[in-house]
This record gives sequence, C-alpha cells and structure tokens, in this order.
Amino acid sequence: MSVDAATVKRIGRLARIRIEEEEVAGYQSELNAILGFVEQLAEVNVEGVEAMTSVMPMQLRRRDDLVTDGGYPEQIVKNAPLTEDNFFMVPKVVE
Amino acid sequence: MTDLTKLSLAAARKGLTDKSFTATELTDAYIGAIEAANPKLNAYVATTPEQARDMARASDEKLARGQGGPLEGIPLGVKDLFATKGVHTQAASHILDGFKPEYESTVTANLWRDGAVMLGKLNMDEFAMGSSNETSYYGPVVNPHRVEGSDAKLVAGGSSGGSAAAVAAWLCAGATATDTGGSIRQPAAFTGTVGMKPTYGRASRWGTVAYASSLDQAGPLARTVEDAALLMTSMSGFDPKDSTSVDLPVPDFAAAVERGVKGLTIGVPREYRMEGMPQEIEALWQQGLEWLKAEGATVKDISLPHTKYALPAYYVVSPAEASSNLARYDGVKYGLRVSGKDITDLYELTRAAGFGREVKRRIMIGTYVLSAGYFDAYYVKAQKVRTLIKKDFEEVFSAGVDAILTPATPSAAFAIGDEALAADPVAMYLNDVFTVTVNMAGLPGIAVPAGRDGQGLPLGLQLIGKPFDEETLFAAARVIEKSTGDDFAPTRWW
Repeated sequence: MSVDAATVKRIGRLARIRIEEEEVAGYQSELNAILGFVEQLAEVNVEGVEAMTSVMPMQLRRRDDLVTDGGYPEQIVKNAPLTEDNFFMVPKVVE
Repeated sequence: MTDLTKLSLAAARKGLTDKSFTATELTDAYIGAIEAANPKLNAYVATTPEQARDMARASDEKLARGQGGPLEGIPLGVKDLFATKGVHTQAASHILDGFKPEYESTVTANLWRDGAVMLGKLNMDEFAMGSSNETSYYGPVVNPHRVEGSDAKLVAGGSSGGSAAAVAAWLCAGATATDTGGSIRQPAAFTGTVGMKPTYGRASRWGTVAYASSLDQAGPLARTVEDAALLMTSMSGFDPKDSTSVDLPVPDFAAAVERGVKGLTIGVPREYRMEGMPQEIEALWQQGLEWLKAEGATVKDISLPHTKYALPAYYVVSPAEASSNLARYDGVKYGLRVSGKDITDLYELTRAAGFGREVKRRIMIGTYVLSAGYFDAYYVKAQKVRTLIKKDFEEVFSAGVDAILTPATPSAAFAIGDEALAADPVAMYLNDVFTVTVNMAGLPGIAVPAGRDGQGLPLGLQLIGKPFDEETLFAAARVIEKSTGDDFAPTRWW
C-alpha cells in the first residue's frame, strides 16, 4: 500500500497539522518509505494469534468511581496561552 | 581536593556519609562542570542551580544528623520528558514552549524522597522520537567521545542523548532516562555508559510525557552497573496513579550486582547475527560470551524467529499510540499557540509550527494506520506480531535460559548531520534493531560498555532478562564491566 498526494493532505487534516502545498511531495516519499518498510509484516502468518492488548499479563486495575482530586482550576489553566476567569479561551466555535 | 564529579555515585554516597565532603560541595562541583561544558556539549536544556543548592543544603542538614535517604545529597540530571514542578518540562519540543508543570512525576518524586538533588533538565530527541538526539528543538547533543585525532562531532545517541552525554562527561552523578524502542540502551552504548530499561510496569509512567504508552518505561543512565542499580531501586515502585504500574516489591538491586553468573544459562539468539554486521561487533559479542563463561555461565544457542519483524511492527504500534497521545497539544491548554481564523485553523497552525519534522511524520503515520479501512491491516496485524515476539521469548525462558546476550547497537556513534541517515528515515530507525524487541515484549534490558571499535569509540552489549528479573541483568552486566579492564571515560576536549 502506498499513499498519494491527496492522501497526504487528508492525513494532515485528520491529524490537525497544516501541510503546505510545497511540503506534500516530501511527506509523501517519507511516508511511503516507512510504509514500504512496514510491508514486511505481510509475510507473517498470524492465523489464530490474538492481538496483544497488555504486554504484562494483568488486568487494568479499577477504582471506586469517586472524585479523588481537583478543586484547583487556577492550577489547571496556569500554563494556558489565553484564559479568562479560569476558562480556556478559544476562537468562536458556535455562530 | 580530588575532582568530586569524577566519583562514581556509590563512591560519592560513601564520601557523603563519611563526611569527607558535603552535598553542597559536591553539588557546586557539578554546577561548575555544567557551566564549563554545556556550551560545547548541549546536554542540559535548563539548569536549576538555586534549587540544587537548596536541596543540597537540606541534605547536608540530614547527613549531619546521621540521617538521610539512600540517595541523600546525590546530584542528578533529569530528562526533559519528566514533569518537574515549576521547572522547564518541554520534551525538547517547541510546542510545549514555556510549560512549567504544577505537579511532579512519580519517578522524580521518588528520587527527591530518597534525598537526590536536581541539577537541571536534559536534552533529548523531541518527544523521545529519534536515535541521535538531532530532532531536539534545542539542537543535537554532542558526544563526549570522539575519534582520536579528530574533532568531528559525534551524536550521543537518542532519544536520551542528553542524559547519556551528561553522565559520561561528569555533568551529573546519574540521570533519569526513558526507553520506548532503545532510547536508554542505544545512547548508553554510544557514550560508554550503563543504561537499564526495566520491565514494563516496574517504574511509574505518571507525570512522564507520553510517546507510546504500551512501550514507554523510565530507567537510569549511570557510569557503573552499581550506580544504575542504586538509581533503579529508587525510581521503581508501585504507583496507583499509573494503571499499568505493577504492584510488586522492589528488590535492593545493588545487592544483586556482585552475585555473579555461576550456573546461569545465557542464550545467544542466531537471528541477531545480522547480514552485513561489522566484524568488530561480532567479535565483541563473542568476547562477552567468553567472559560470562569464564565466570561459570553456560552459553546456549537459541532462536527468536520473529526478531526481524519487531522493528516494522514497532513502526506501526508506536506512531499509532503517539498520534493519539500527542493529540493533546492543541494550542489551547498549554504551550505554543498560533492564532488562526477559527478553532481548526488554530489547531493546524499551532501543530505545524510546534512539532518538528520527525514528530509530524510519526503522527501522520499513526493517523494513517489507525484510519478507517487500514486499522486491521496495520495496527491489529502489528499487535498480533507483537504477541508472537513475546511468545518467542517466553519459550526460550521456559526452556531454561536465564538471560540473553546480544550486541546493543549495529555500530558505534556516528557523525552529527550524517547525510545518508538524514535522507532515509528507515536507515535511522535501524539503530534500534537489537533493542526494540525488548520493548515489544515488555522485558528488562541493560546496555553495558564492553569494548571499542577500530577508532576507539565505545561499543555496548545488551542483556535481556525475564520479566521482573532485573537482578540477573545487573549481576551479568557487572561481570562484563569487570572483565573489560576499561572505564570507558572520554578524553576531555570540552
């Protein structure tokens, strides 16, 4: 499988990374080099093999569904580039 | 007075408890060394001398009272990937511009609990994505080692290149690092230092900037095996804040260092004998086996048939996880923000300006392999291959092998700005061919300096162990360390 220029632009949009027109060809060849390398996996017979979900044989721990942390909004927004009254500020989303 | 920075961590610990010198004197020695060397080596991206002196003073008070933790007064460097409260934490990326966390990672909190002193934050490949430290927003780290008679700058390896260079050049007594595909062990091999990636789940991932969560593990870089063991004990431990942290007692790893290898069976996997492997790597490997045999180990040829598929599977799994983990950098919550005409524009422009090329490439690969229609063919397939890789190891261990010896890297350190590597991303990825299997299977692995190449540059061997059996690795690595008759110290030029 290999990606064409349109796919590179589509991936850029999905990943929310602006890809300028003059960058498309470069990304296309780099991504195809990596996908070409990954293609080797096709040789492996994985019939009846389970996909790994946890590298150590363990169940994810659960905890009680209780609030155990929080109550400090000023710390949460402390590193934000733009805030007001402990809210993150973004461009208008809804008209 | 002798140069305090040249002491091993273990010797510095002894000097502090014997009151031969103070933590303040030791810390000042390191601060001075960093100021002199960092403009040349670029190992630190931020230094915290005031905080270091405050911590050292507090250690001195404890030591004076005969108190103090296992690392009391020991000055350490911290990879820029670990959240350190109120201190530069940017994963060496532009997108985390100005980020100073309001919290402390569990691993660093454990070190401070045990008395260690923080010298500053160490350079790395951006978001730990790289094998040469050249993807850092702060520029490459320069390896303290270079070819005799040459002033060509060599890479320190990656992604923990700053940690490795700082340890090798006596700019800290030890350092924290992380390893997703080889990022502790490959820089260790390139700088003549010791690097341990513990079993997945041994050290908490909480507060460490995530790259590929199912593979990331923190571990130490140090100048000796004993030093690495001392650090590993403090860094490890169960943490309820990390859902994959394992609730097991932490051994006193340093107590295992002199245990020897008598009676152990060391596996030699034939699939690691790669085509075109330099003769000096092959010779180093044989020499390592001879040393272990001389101390009473038995060597056994083994097969790990899915070895060659580990790296391609890694380049599906790790970018997939990265594309998801790095979705949080959006110009809204922290770090860099580039304004746009609407919210999507803001996201796209911020991420285009904030991420470097290698990071963007991996996010895009990850986005692609997880996208509709490709998920089964790439991601599910890679996770199945991962099951097979782990099974290879399980079969070998259940057949009586205690640890596996392999080369750590396919070559010694290469030049900064190598054109062939820059032109081909896959060629750079091959640096991790011997280390990445360990991450895919969640196993512990240690890199220990074992010899030098034809130009005098350090080369490392890797030992791979059973889950949660880091102790055997420390013991076997110590046998190699003792057998080399070389301290792998760089000749100072900086």
